[in-house]
Amino acid sequence: MTDVSTTGQKNAVPPLNANVKIVEPTIFDLSSPGRKGVTFPDPDVPRAKMPQSLLRKDLPLPELAEVDVVRHYMHLSKFNYSVDGGFYPLGSCTMKYNPKIDEDTCRLPGFLHTHPLQPIETVQGNLALMYTLQEWLKEISGFAAVTLQPAAGAHGEFTGVLIMRAWHKSRGDHKRVKMLIPDSAHGTNPASSGMIGLQIVTIPSDARGNVDLKVLKEQCDDTVVGIMVTNPNTLGMFDENIEQVVKIVHDCGGLVYGDGANLNALLGIVRPGDLGIDVMHFNLHKTFAVPHGGGGPGSGPVGVAAHLADFLPEPLVGILEEGDDETPPLFGFVTPAKTIGRMKSFHGQFGGGLVRAFTYIAMHGPDGLREISEYAVLNANYLLARLRGTYHVPFDRICMHEFVAEGQFEGSDVRALDIAKRLMDYDFHPPTNYFPLIVHEALMIEPTETENKDTLDRFADALIKIAEEAKSQPDLLHSAPHTTPFGRMDEVKAARELVLCCWLPENYDVNA
Amino acid sequence: MNTPANLKYTKSDEWFDPATGAAGLTDYAQGQLSDIVFLEILVAAGDAVEAGKPIASVESVKAAAETYAPVGGKVAAVNEALSGAPETLNKDPYGAGWMIKIEGGDASGLMDAAAYEKYCEERAH
Amino acid sequence: MTYVPISPNERDAMLKTIGVKKVADLFEAVPARHRFPDLDLPPALTEMEAAAELADIAAGNESVRGDLISFLGAGAYNHYIPSVVNHVLSRGEFYTAYTPYQPEISQGTLQGIFEYQSLMTALTGMEVSNASHYDGATAVAEAVNLAWAQFRGKRTKVVISPTVHPHYRGVIRTYTQGMDLELAGDDSNADLEAGPESLESLIDENTALVIVQYPDFFGRVYDFTQLIQTAHAKGALVCVAANPTALALFKTPGEMGADIVVGEGQPLGIPLWYGGPYLGFFTTRKQYVHKMAGRLVGETVDNRGQRAYVLTLTAREQHIKRERATSNICTNQGLLALGAAVYLSVLGKTGFRQVAEICYHNAHYAAEQLSKIEGYGLCFPEPFFHEFVLCCPKPAAEVNAHLLEHGILGGYDLGQDYPALKNHLLIAVTEMNSREEIDALAEALSEEHHD
Repeated sequence: MTDVSTTGQKNAVPPLNANVKIVEPTIFDLSSPGRKGVTFPDPDVPRAKMPQSLLRKDLPLPELAEVDVVRHYMHLSKFNYSVDGGFYPLGSCTMKYNPKIDEDTCRLPGFLHTHPLQPIETVQGNLALMYTLQEWLKEISGFAAVTLQPAAGAHGEFTGVLIMRAWHKSRGDHKRVKMLIPDSAHGTNPASSGMIGLQIVTIPSDARGNVDLKVLKEQCDDTVVGIMVTNPNTLGMFDENIEQVVKIVHDCGGLVYGDGANLNALLGIVRPGDLGIDVMHFNLHKTFAVPHGGGGPGSGPVGVAAHLADFLPEPLVGILEEGDDETPPLFGFVTPAKTIGRMKSFHGQFGGGLVRAFTYIAMHGPDGLREISEYAVLNANYLLARLRGTYHVPFDRICMHEFVAEGQFEGSDVRALDIAKRLMDYDFHPPTNYFPLIVHEALMIEPTETENKDTLDRFADALIKIAEEAKSQPDLLHSAPHTTPFGRMDEVKAARELVLCCWLPENYDVNA
Repeated sequence: MNTPANLKYTKSDEWFDPATGAAGLTDYAQGQLSDIVFLEILVAAGDAVEAGKPIASVESVKAAAETYAPVGGKVAAVNEALSGAPETLNKDPYGAGWMIKIEGGDASGLMDAAAYEKYCEERAH
Repeated sequence: MTYVPISPNERDAMLKTIGVKKVADLFEAVPARHRFPDLDLPPALTEMEAAAELADIAAGNESVRGDLISFLGAGAYNHYIPSVVNHVLSRGEFYTAYTPYQPEISQGTLQGIFEYQSLMTALTGMEVSNASHYDGATAVAEAVNLAWAQFRGKRTKVVISPTVHPHYRGVIRTYTQGMDLELAGDDSNADLEAGPESLESLIDENTALVIVQYPDFFGRVYDFTQLIQTAHAKGALVCVAANPTALALFKTPGEMGADIVVGEGQPLGIPLWYGGPYLGFFTTRKQYVHKMAGRLVGETVDNRGQRAYVLTLTAREQHIKRERATSNICTNQGLLALGAAVYLSVLGKTGFRQVAEICYHNAHYAAEQLSKIEGYGLCFPEPFFHEFVLCCPKPAAEVNAHLLEHGILGGYDLGQDYPALKNHLLIAVTEMNSREEIDALAEALSEEHHD
């Protein structure tokens, strides 16, 4: 490999040690002066004068041919684990198989090349799809109204928290400052509440993994905005007291936020709205098979009960003129009466999120949706049954779509991290580790419904084998992974030296 | 775990030196946090601080924590060099890793070294 | 259609291992009266039926490629997307991966984002970039969060130019409704001809952040150096929301001294897609990196001595810092950030500059042709980039309705956001608009005038 320095032209960064091996050069390392990729035709209009004083002197972008770019990204792609490549039992993330047809439907030219500000008469297809998806999500969840605007789960949470705040304010109730959050919650819950300055009160879990009702009652007073519950919770347990939790919070005037991250366990099983939950976000990128894209984009629609519908973000899709047998209805935008405002530009993650989710729901229908959750739960319970004897499961009862085991053994210094890394050697993606925070050395396992029994058995076998290795050859685990293209990372170096970008190499002749 | 006998300690893992007024993060706390990569001192010299209120925000490779004022009083000095070298908190928590100096602090409610050590041991289980 | 790969026999064997008789037994924790609701949804479609159904729905739209000639911009732009971009993004290794929390098996995503960060800093003239926000609007709102965190809530004023995109201003209002924050300058009735110097009098010692757009919502290009100096003299930070295509041509906000440069990355190889998913880019100075929201990739080495990349400074983020985090962002627009990196790489220094130049020349040709028409004129003086405001002799909505009859999407009706600009159209011209299309627009307008 060539000895390429990444020392920046502008940001002085420590030069890479000469002994460091470069597996794949960066796109800047690969640049060669004068090389061209995709070019454009000369303008067929007269050239206009440019304001010289406002122009930039240099554009320090790389110079590559198309083949250089393709090979580079092809090389990079090979370093990635993916759902298409294997089992990805990442708890709380619902890494299910992403149907290929969704990739085609979301790229239909009619969707791909429509501008968000086109007159509504020219985008009735888009609007009909959005309206229908709103209706479907309402039906699936039991809510009265749905906005498709939020861009991701956390964005949906923030939307929901703003709606809860606005509802209290609209009733002249200004003293509510506390948000109750169970100790098993995702970090986004307190962070979303923190963004509007709410005070977070943590509610512990009881011995069965449910919200501790005694503490909840003590905390419920007239300063409570509401509670943010995840059900099933991050232990994978359906809260057996959910209706009581809802009642206790409602009785003190608070609202109940449902974190929809775990909705994959509930399709056709129970509708959160029927349980009395007031507001909830959906993760279309979990439950409805929108691919995760290496971190995004997601899509986080929000459903609300009738009393909160007026507060949804603007705009929603509505029917402006009813149709009849001859003509379809005219779809357009409507603004809720007491809207919290706009959460992002335009209308939501339309192409990548909404069209894919629409396709997915259309292909499942009511029975297919229920089957998704049934098999997600079956698969999780099967893995739990196979692993229970080997790994300690602190909250052990019938689980929903995921469960949490402890990645540690009596008398061994092997930790959850070591087990996670060792799983890579067996060609599995590790489970979520060190979350939820209330389980020591947590390994959070969510198989999803799209894995067959053979895969689940191979995974269980690997984990059982690793438990033996933890006793017989702990160092094999401490130093894992061994068979992956990269080994464990020096995370302290990354954080201390903070090399956050590369530039063209120092000796690069920009004028060549 | 290093717990100098001349210092006083809080349950939120701060130390206070009644002789100099210096305060900082304990050796136990830095060990729990592991490699500290960021420190922001939230108060300035001259500020009044209340016991239990945040004086600094600390981030390590894997965790984040707040440091609270062990005693109330007036901030007499801030260790300006520390934010540029947060690893000092790992290397020398009771020396160069002091965060602020507090004037007029009353240390009578704080734990002594033996009590703090016992408190840390209990938490390990 | 099902994607469940389990046969009935396998299911029964699994139930036996679990120790229950039937699948329904797994749901006894769910309150019985609400268990197994009947969902009123249409019956399932097979793949063949779904493909036809979706094609049918998509055909209910008129697209800007083939059906309509478009001069609509206003924050989303019709650019040519090289074939390579979609081919790279369609690799399952990229699009079906999760957030790269396990760096040993995620170096593709991590290095891809690292290069994206590098490209964005090169483009904006800044020092660090995060791994993306949802879109331009939310990226600007996150700049407010950064400034709020930087001054620990002690400075409570944000100055916003009225010529920042109305959606961006709207999102800032939404995001900050729980903060005790004054938004000065956010007034659609303000003097819209005034340049950035008109904001200077609003900046004081209580100002945390000044927000301007580059080019502004009306397409105008200003040098903000003076404004930034004024803001810095008062101790305030300055955020510039920039169009990335314009940055191929014009002086960088970094060079002008900006503290934060954000923007809508959609022009970088992302389809219009009826408004999303797009890409919010966020760049800043190194000194603010700890207050910046979002994921960040840094360079390191692995235990085999190989250069590698990891998510770094993660303790800033919500999963560790929880309610004390600057932002709650978790899922971002990772795949689109990768797409932007591919776009910038395959166009490179030459191609990207070409795109910007063609946009510039086409837009100026259009401005010249349109302002020759009686009753029409350029509202604001130059310089502008690829968007300009056309004063019309009648309400813009009427002009647009006429143009639509000719199969032309005329432009954005500014009266929707600015009461004083009812007769004003915001016209965007890109490399996708040929001379022929521009001439057709001019012809349709002159014809309209004689109607």
